[in-house]
Amino acid sequence: MRPFVALPAGVHRILFGAVVTLSLSLSGCASMHDPQRIAPLATTPERAAAVDPFEPFNRQVLRFNLFVDDLILRPAARVYDRLVPELVQRAVENVLGNLHDPWIAANGLLQGKPAQAASDLGRFVFNSTLGFFGVVDLASEIGLPKHREDFGQTLATWGIPAGPYLMLPGLGPSSVRDTLAFGVDYSGSLKNHVDSSQARALMSGLDVLQSRARALPAQPFLEQALDRYLLIRDSHLQRRRSQIYDGDPPDTP
Amino acid sequence: MTLTDLTRFLARGLAASLLLAASVQAQTSAGTAPTAAPATTQAPDEFIRSLSQTVLDRIRQDPELRAGDMRRVSRFVDDTVMPAVDFERMTALAVGRGWRQATPEQQRLLMAEFRVLLVRTYAGAISQVKDQQIRLKPQRPPTEEGDVVVRSEIVSSRGEPIQLDYRLSRTPAGWKIYDLNVLGVWLVESYRNQFAQEVSARGIDGLIRSLSERNRQFAQAKS
Repeated sequence: MRPFVALPAGVHRILFGAVVTLSLSLSGCASMHDPQRIAPLATTPERAAAVDPFEPFNRQVLRFNLFVDDLILRPAARVYDRLVPELVQRAVENVLGNLHDPWIAANGLLQGKPAQAASDLGRFVFNSTLGFFGVVDLASEIGLPKHREDFGQTLATWGIPAGPYLMLPGLGPSSVRDTLAFGVDYSGSLKNHVDSSQARALMSGLDVLQSRARALPAQPFLEQALDRYLLIRDSHLQRRRSQIYDGDPPDTP
Repeated sequence: MTLTDLTRFLARGLAASLLLAASVQAQTSAGTAPTAAPATTQAPDEFIRSLSQTVLDRIRQDPELRAGDMRRVSRFVDDTVMPAVDFERMTALAVGRGWRQATPEQQRLLMAEFRVLLVRTYAGAISQVKDQQIRLKPQRPPTEEGDVVVRSEIVSSRGEPIQLDYRLSRTPAGWKIYDLNVLGVWLVESYRNQFAQEVSARGIDGLIRSLSERNRQFAQAKS
């Protein structure tokens, strides 16, 4: 559980215990291989009510998030996107992504995918050295593609159900399981173990701006929704399910 | 997954999705001629590959199209994309239970408004066509009803591959696409609850009104 970086002692154990207890108590006993339990979809209004019992609360949080986005985040990202050349933006993404790769490798390993984990570790070694501290993603060029794993997915493959859907202030769509896993991801990422607190703050800021800038072209897509809340929720639930099954989930009934 | 993650994936999805079969250049040699085999005997992944090639070529040859001119895009969608899509099935699936209660006239209106909604999004995505290529992934056997999923990804010099899958059914007129999946999200599924909510609150006519209102707002915002 503490593969590549030193973590505050016991954090994982406590968090993991909390995750297990909470998700189990919220969703009853889940069978490991029932995909609906691992990643429920809101395919019908009845199902949606079961997956999203806190909808009124979640809608309020989304309202707040969109308000902050309209007011601060999106305007800032527009300025950033206009000022920073594409090449630099790529470098920012690569450096931040590189610092996160060891944790992705660790999750691959925890999910029983040693080959993928080795590849991700190889990415980190290769890009940190020949890729000049991760500025250039050379590893992708030589056939070590980027993967997307996180601790929430790891828990899912262990059979921990997602629990209710949650919209988190400032962080966006999640679930009870993924919210608890988020803390583990946070302490697992090298990004958050850089010595200087100023550097950490700079990186977090850049991360947010860069990600938001990349998403700017999606704005019309969000705005044409009949109900943004449902678009975001239903897309998120599908996306998560797809991630858990590495892009190839079994068909839903 | 954070809000920015989500919007980022929506953004990348936008680029991919709306190119429907598009943004893509078949990875086999660039000079491969479109398959001559009739669509019914063609393998579904070959169908997607040659459709993608056609769509991409036409986008690359047409600057007005790339600029997102709505009338141009609309005509392009009708001529090139729609013949490959079972749009009635797509709309029916998105509307869900309400579809069977709808009169033929309501169904016609639903299809028309849904089409405008999608074309509008498509228009924004066409400008993103650059050096993308399509890579077909191993296929799974078709279901008993003859439906099949073609799995692919779009690769480009910038960024990670974008997952793009299609659901196809075999019809007398050849393969028809009735749903597509961008980065794990099926298009139909992401509309279904939104549509169901409108139908249960305001009926089929209410859904038609909401859609046409949305489309009108966007048309005005553009001009």
